[in-house]
Amino acid sequence: MPTMNIIQAVNDALRIEMRKDPDVVVLGEDVGKFGGVFRATQGLYDEFGADRVIDTPLAEGGIIGTAVGMALYGLKPVPEIQFADFIFPAFDQIVNEVAKYRYRSGGQYACPMVIRTPYGGGIKGGHYHSQSPEAMFIHTAGLKVVVPSNPYDAKGLLISAIRDPDPVLFFEPKRVYRAAKGDVPEGEYAEPLGKAKITRAGNQVTVMAWGSMWHEVDQAAREAAAEGYDCEVLDLRSLQPLDLETIVASVSKTGRAIVVHEAPRTCGFGAEIAALVQERCFLHLEAPVARVTGFDTPFPYTLENEYLPRAPRILKAIREVVAY
Amino acid sequence: MRREHVVGPPTRHHPREARDYEPGRFLKEFPLHTVIREDGSADPDEVVLPDAEALRLYRWMVLNRALDERMITLQRQGRIGFYIGSIGEEATVLGTAAAMDERDWIFPCYREHGAALLRGMPLVTFVCDLFGNGGDAMKGRQMPCHEAWRPGRFTSISSPIATQVSQAMGGAWAAKLKGEEMVAITYFGEGATSAHDFHTGLNFAAVRKIPVVFVCRNNGWAISVPRERQTASETIAQKAIAYGMRGERVDGNDLLAVYAATRRARARAAAGEGPTLLECVTYRIEGHSTSDDPRAYRPAELVEPWKRKDPILRMRRYLSRRGALDDAQDAALRDEVREQIQVALKEAEAFPAKPPIETLFADVYEEPLWQQREQLAEIEAAVAADPRAANPRHSDA
Repeated sequence: MPTMNIIQAVNDALRIEMRKDPDVVVLGEDVGKFGGVFRATQGLYDEFGADRVIDTPLAEGGIIGTAVGMALYGLKPVPEIQFADFIFPAFDQIVNEVAKYRYRSGGQYACPMVIRTPYGGGIKGGHYHSQSPEAMFIHTAGLKVVVPSNPYDAKGLLISAIRDPDPVLFFEPKRVYRAAKGDVPEGEYAEPLGKAKITRAGNQVTVMAWGSMWHEVDQAAREAAAEGYDCEVLDLRSLQPLDLETIVASVSKTGRAIVVHEAPRTCGFGAEIAALVQERCFLHLEAPVARVTGFDTPFPYTLENEYLPRAPRILKAIREVVAY
Repeated sequence: MRREHVVGPPTRHHPREARDYEPGRFLKEFPLHTVIREDGSADPDEVVLPDAEALRLYRWMVLNRALDERMITLQRQGRIGFYIGSIGEEATVLGTAAAMDERDWIFPCYREHGAALLRGMPLVTFVCDLFGNGGDAMKGRQMPCHEAWRPGRFTSISSPIATQVSQAMGGAWAAKLKGEEMVAITYFGEGATSAHDFHTGLNFAAVRKIPVVFVCRNNGWAISVPRERQTASETIAQKAIAYGMRGERVDGNDLLAVYAATRRARARAAAGEGPTLLECVTYRIEGHSTSDDPRAYRPAELVEPWKRKDPILRMRRYLSRRGALDDAQDAALRDEVREQIQVALKEAEAFPAKPPIETLFADVYEEPLWQQREQLAEIEAAVAADPRAANPRHSDA
């Protein structure tokens, strides 16, 4: 089984789906001959040509508007937004058009597409190459939101997303784009949307994360184990649909929950998970649900490591929640 | 495909001499094309439609007008919540839509109900949309006048301005990639030319020679803001030049002129010559919608000259001059149309007042997620326990 990083896994998934389904097209800024600024579409232009691997003019709103028309007409567009920070010119198209098209037309039309975009900090990108806006899209009914943390999931989830009948925002953790390596099966396989993965079984506290933060949580859980703590780690992977069943089962067992994300705390997805846990696991809880998150500031440049929830902050939360 | 980065010859102008904007230049370069004069006479060489077809479209214009008038009355009676129509703009809407092929897709703004009906949306279905009732194809999910009609390739209307412009381009691009001859037509007002989707839609389309007819219904007003506060360009059509596409300016109250211009634009698009920006110069005779009162910002005397340019009146004079329509036939046609609307209203009223409660949660996703399933059970239980949960008027009492 080949070893791949996340970029290679994404590339592999795109190639497999484009070979399989002639209606799949990739479009975005620099995705063509150049293969994307992160190289995620490298080689696709040579294999599938300029008609299916489309360099668009520089306008995110136009990219998504184009994809809407393409999806309505029956193609399966996979637009790339170069950085999640630049998705906001397309916010209207995504929130008011993509998300609502099936609903508002009474089910006459549908608008399935996969909007791929690298997100997150830790790469010295400052305000505009670091943000994690997943919660803004989860808040919009009609969209699905997927955030893989590793190459295996990146490939399997992207294949599922492309085959999904609903629009999917696919946030790729660019800090670990190349650092996260792993075995990835050749050929096609689909990891279902809406299923969390228990990456470490434990009984004392449930720690949940997605994307690049899963790596911090994993490290914190290892360090905690050395101190005698027994963590259960969930990689949520798919935030909408959300695998509530796995979360509730885990927290009901451990009695303690910590949510980790790098987006700002206020109205972050951790707030939603905390609310769900208290609604459904109240009598099992031994401690308040804790959130370890980015801070309520714009994403900083020099102090980005202070801003990001690194393993030591997560470890501290584990100690405090268990000691509560 | 690849073109060199063209620099051009050096200039002898002083570098501080930016090129002047020449007042009046674009009014000359984009003359207003008219076929039918206000008195109904026309240059026989420019007659583009057989009389029977012209009469058929005249009838659609009359229906469109009668429908708008009837529905505005219904809104004032409190029987529907809102209405937005196209009084005075019927020739633009129907002339353009009729000039497209059946296979072409329409990406509408919110005044093209006439085009939806022309494409086969049953009148009763349209009226059900206004009621948001059990017969509404949109399942009561949008305000009135936000219809979609897939069998007629008429896409779904949204309220945000100009979003359909880039979508139309994407739809036509998809057809081009699939090797299918489909030309998309999209509608927007002159206010939309300020919005970013207008820019991206036209720019992408010109760069890739996408087969689209971009129809600007320049009706002079974006709610209360007049056209001259929207753009300093003398015409909308001239904006095409900067994008690298064709522009044309046509009398939007002249059905034949509109039809002919659209046919030309469609033919060019289908032949691979790329998109056209078609400016139809017309006028919004009424308020923006039933929620608007133009007396607050628009002197009535501004409207008067446009009433004389009425597209239906003009077409009637034209048909009558050609002996295709006499007064008795016209009266009969109008009675027929009124009856048609009356019947549709009656049929629409026979549907249940609301779509079933589960439609609130259907179509958010192809299959409901646990949130929609739980929340459906929640509202069903709440209504079962206390019916006031579904009727705020009871709660207010």
